[in-house]
Amino acid sequence: MSEPVVPLLRVRDLAKTFTLHTQGGVTLPVLRRVSLRVDAGECVVLTGPSGSGKSTLLRAAYGNYRAQGGQILVRHRDRLVDMVSAGPREVLDVRRASVGHVSQFLRVIPRVPAEEVVAEPLVAQGIPRERALERARALLARLKISERLWRLSPVTFSGGEQQRVNVARGFIGTHTILLLDEPTASLDAASRGVVVQLIREARERGAALLGTFHDADVRAMVATRVVSLAEAEAA
Amino acid sequence: MSERTLLAVRGLTKRYGERTGCLDVGFDLWPGEVLGVVGESGSGKTTILHCLSGRTVATAGSATFVQRDGKVVDLLRMPEAARRRLARADWAMVQQNPRDGLRMSVTAGANVGEPLMALGARHYGKIRGQALDWLGQVEIPLDRVDDLPATFSGGMQQRLQIARSLVTRPRMVFMDEPTGGLDVSVQARLLDLLRGLVADLGLAAIIVTHDLAVTRLLAHRLLVMRGGEIVESGLTDQVLDDPQHPYTQLLVSSVLPP
Amino acid sequence: MSAYNFAYLDEQTKRMIRRAILKAIAIPGYQVPFGSREMPLSYGWGTGGVQVTASVIGPDDVLKVIDQGADDTTNAVSIRHFFARTTGVRTTTRTDEATLIQTRHRIPETPLRPGQIMVFQVPIPEPLRWLEPRETETRTMHALEEYGVMHVRLYEDITQHGRVATAYDYPVRVNGRYIMRPSPIPKFDNPKLDRSPALMLFGAGREKRIYAVPPWTPVKSLDFEDHPFTVERWVEACAFCASRESFLDEVIVDDKGGRIFVCSDTDYCARRRGQEA
Repeated sequence: MSEPVVPLLRVRDLAKTFTLHTQGGVTLPVLRRVSLRVDAGECVVLTGPSGSGKSTLLRAAYGNYRAQGGQILVRHRDRLVDMVSAGPREVLDVRRASVGHVSQFLRVIPRVPAEEVVAEPLVAQGIPRERALERARALLARLKISERLWRLSPVTFSGGEQQRVNVARGFIGTHTILLLDEPTASLDAASRGVVVQLIREARERGAALLGTFHDADVRAMVATRVVSLAEAEAA
Repeated sequence: MSERTLLAVRGLTKRYGERTGCLDVGFDLWPGEVLGVVGESGSGKTTILHCLSGRTVATAGSATFVQRDGKVVDLLRMPEAARRRLARADWAMVQQNPRDGLRMSVTAGANVGEPLMALGARHYGKIRGQALDWLGQVEIPLDRVDDLPATFSGGMQQRLQIARSLVTRPRMVFMDEPTGGLDVSVQARLLDLLRGLVADLGLAAIIVTHDLAVTRLLAHRLLVMRGGEIVESGLTDQVLDDPQHPYTQLLVSSVLPP
Repeated sequence: MSAYNFAYLDEQTKRMIRRAILKAIAIPGYQVPFGSREMPLSYGWGTGGVQVTASVIGPDDVLKVIDQGADDTTNAVSIRHFFARTTGVRTTTRTDEATLIQTRHRIPETPLRPGQIMVFQVPIPEPLRWLEPRETETRTMHALEEYGVMHVRLYEDITQHGRVATAYDYPVRVNGRYIMRPSPIPKFDNPKLDRSPALMLFGAGREKRIYAVPPWTPVKSLDFEDHPFTVERWVEACAFCASRESFLDEVIVDDKGGRIFVCSDTDYCARRRGQEA
């Protein structure tokens, strides 16, 4: 017995090969027929050796990398969108409303203050700027970014501070699917703790999370399920 | 996705005798989105803008545009009078060299006010007020409103050109290398300004540039041109992070890291 | 009668100019190109006006010629004598008697009647030339009513001087359509163009253009809502006839800086004094 489970993310037979034309056409088949699913409320942790394609899988699910075969189905506004075949505008809409991605470093734009960087996903969802900024500030405070940094561009921040801004930006929205690529790299223990809380809160509101964490402790605290890439390829 | 395309280009071709400017170019542009067109010199990217703006006559193809009143017209087949009228109110062009897009012999305020006067504005105080407002938006000090553009730096001239082109709130903007020839720090400021304006005004824009960093910052989607043809297109971050076509890979890998 | 054809020009030339005039009347304010001929006076001295007059003058006409409002300046006298010799028509200094008035730089104070024709001497016909040197471009701008630049000119004036500083050759909009330069008449005279009972013809010989304002045509001087068009006013009255309504010239009378103001329109002033001009 159980309530019908809502699959928010389903990867089916995903195949991704890099062809390096600038290096004589060398091909690197990184993902060969990967399948896995993540349901609402889950945090699935992907494991595997470095370079095995974990990051690639996450990027493909975000529409940042192009796949050569298979499907990545995400639940978006009451329907399923295949990120592999979706057109650019659809991918943008999916990113705005449903799928978030947190990578291990922040792409910094000079002149844009930290609080605006964090508020942007909410503004893109149509939330009035002032309210979006309030929530951004609250989240920055939680991540122990001091108030005097809020109106500064993260250009001058330390790596750890930049990553905290990145995390805030990734978690501020109401995305139903979150893709986390080493989000705690370069963070100290206290900040890692906040990220763990944020992940829990996301799960509690019904989001599906798929991520990689090199830190074993963090993995233990956040994972509802652990899947190795090798397993996912055989599945 | 039921929103209508603002501009639909199909089969756009321009030949100069034996030479090809651009060949069979096709793309859609939606309201509020920025399309980047990248390529090296001679790739045909500027030719596309010239054909769409009417500066050159295309050899073949169509470019259907939805006017403010809902009527659909083909930019490539419009009578010149209608096209110039449209250019006054519905779309704008930002030239690479700001001197080409400004009146150098009239004051900054008059440069920004002229498009309003061309559309019938007849109140000096209000026109000047709007000009000052726009100078503020493009971060030109307000006390320069009565100065001639020749006294401005290159970056300031470019910002003045942007103000002049956006003052009538067009729905679509074409930009040809908007940061070309500017110092790097000046470029950063200009790009940030454009980013903000495009978002605030909900502009649809086509930005032609050879600088990939500009597209990463401003464009939602990208067209990669080479030898007059589109060799790759897609989401900006996807084309730049996972380029598929050999030429795109070459272009991306040739960019020196900052 | 001299050995010249009537009014100097040959009949083919007159026909060509008349066609241009008819077209100009049909499109008020629109500049019609014409094959300007070499005339026995230099460019800049009224060759356009003389060609227009020569094409419309008939044996029953009564001709008046003024220059800056006066009948007795060198140029006015020369042109008047020229037509007297080549046509034999009656000439006059009285505005109310004339059927045809050629003028440089003024419109007479005496109100014009239906049936009268004013011929203006025009140096530069193109109002957009100040900003756009290309003829191809100005023609397109007129065709497409792209007149934003004319208000830019006024805007710049207000910015620089606090008011529109253009004092003569003040641009006007004719019949709500074409923008026209009324020739270097003072802006004081612009209101006389509006719905005048007379036919106004403009000839630019050097630039080879003819344009026209038919009788009763609305002619509006360009301005801004918050800087409306105004005309010159004097504190003084005319020293000769005491007029407070006419355009006054300032005349230095001695070398101690003494000055008087007198009507620029000599006929008007004389009429008011009950004399011949």
